[in-house]
Amino acid sequence: MSEPVIEFEAVDKWFGQLHVLRAIDLVVAAGEVVVVCGPSGSGKSTLIRCVNGLEAIQGGELRVLGESLTRPGVSMPALRTRVGMVFQSFNLFPHMTALENVMLAPVRVKGLGRAEAERAARALLERVRIPDKAEAYPANLSGGQQQRVAIARALAMQPRIMLFDEPTSALDPEMINEVLDVMTDLAREGMTMMVVSHEMGFARRVAHRVVFMDGGSIVEEAAPEAFFAAAKSDRAKEFLSKILTH
Amino acid sequence: MLDLAVVVDNLRFMLLQGFLGLGAFGGGTLRLAIPAIVLGFLLGIAVGLARLARTPWIRVPAGAYVEFFRGVPLVMVIFWIWFIIPQLVRLPIPEYGVALTAFVIFEAAYFGEIVRAGIQSVPRGQVEAATAIGLTPAQAMRHVVLPQALRNMVPSLVTQMIVLFKDTSLASIIGYVDLTKAAQIVNDREIRPFELYLFIAVVYWICTYSMSRVARRLERRAAAA
Ligand SMILES: Nc1ncnc2c1ncn2[C@@H]1O[C@H](COP(=O)(O)OP(=O)(O)O)[C@@H](O)[C@H]1O
Ligand SMILES: [Mg+2]
Repeated sequence: MSEPVIEFEAVDKWFGQLHVLRAIDLVVAAGEVVVVCGPSGSGKSTLIRCVNGLEAIQGGELRVLGESLTRPGVSMPALRTRVGMVFQSFNLFPHMTALENVMLAPVRVKGLGRAEAERAARALLERVRIPDKAEAYPANLSGGQQQRVAIARALAMQPRIMLFDEPTSALDPEMINEVLDVMTDLAREGMTMMVVSHEMGFARRVAHRVVFMDGGSIVEEAAPEAFFAAAKSDRAKEFLSKILTH
Repeated sequence: MLDLAVVVDNLRFMLLQGFLGLGAFGGGTLRLAIPAIVLGFLLGIAVGLARLARTPWIRVPAGAYVEFFRGVPLVMVIFWIWFIIPQLVRLPIPEYGVALTAFVIFEAAYFGEIVRAGIQSVPRGQVEAATAIGLTPAQAMRHVVLPQALRNMVPSLVTQMIVLFKDTSLASIIGYVDLTKAAQIVNDREIRPFELYLFIAVVYWICTYSMSRVARRLERRAAAA
């Protein structure tokens, strides 16, 4: 197995009194694609938001790219440039064009010159297959196009890990595939990915491992074929019967 | 009969002295309104950011400041500074200093609330997305939150600036020679209140109307982008 890049060790997370992550143990290796699924409210978003420090943990240890996130003095902005994130609701900056969205971090965080940043940004928009939308504002893009710009924006700092939080849940059905195709390309190129998704076709084709969560715990982990064909826990079986029948 | 000659004869005094503040009396509506708007807005940004600070040591006093000044009449604030501050510092403060201080302190409370609401109108996801690509909190505020917040604030900011502009006429109660006071001075001599006060109404109206026109153009341009 290649080197571990994300290591959860007995991680606990509370929101006030609410125990949202319970003694999570999970290791993701470089180049691995892990799909996280489970019922709503089970802690999937919180789990991946811990990886780039959007949520702080209260117990256990979490190491990302070898750095412990609980170590005092760890620079979160620096870490976040190496971990890209894509949100369910895109969250593009509405006052900037697609190109400017992608250029913002390279220019402001990395201090890249505008010309160089623009060249790189155009190449990324090409990679997510919308080079012709560089000058468009988010309001004039379809959901699928917005999400692909968001992926390009997350790739702009050349991250080693990409996190996806239900990237296709807010999309009309006919746009889901254009986003999944881009994600599939990324996975094939060897990107380490944690993907919260109920797209079982994507999980089957692309994931190396499926993690099933319920009530803040990881209930089951398996290769996709094994998980879909024969989930072990009753909770996973019940969950699968619900999402596969509609 | 409407006799506009009285307006024409005193036009120079009312406009140069009263409106612009060029002349022996100091004074001037614009000379008060423009710095009051600029400084009040700048202090308002500080107050608005302070209202959203994490530390209660900053947030709570800022909240008290806003609640206090929004709860008292502007005239009272002007009187306080006029009567009380000179006693405390044992120095006479000129009318201009009194009026400007009163307006900036008072209006910053209102501008602060507009700034706070504008910042809060920007969805949380925007800050998260900015954070996730590696921007520091200050960079996220500067490049992502404030540009969107300012755009959302334009209508209420302009409304508040118009209110402030008209409220400068209150400075005449401490003898500050603004447009209103200038008209009053002329009227004491000429006794033509109808013509004179109609004239200054037109001047105030032209100013506020152009402010709202500019605002509407800004809004439309922002909406197009
Ligand atoms: N910022 C928050 N403050 C308080 N509770 C939260 C917050 N975010 C999520 N939660 C709660 O934590 C639990 C897990 O949420 P989440 O990770 O979003 O679940 P999922 O993504 O699996 O639907 C839910 O009960 C949710 O209500
Ligand atoms: Mg979620």
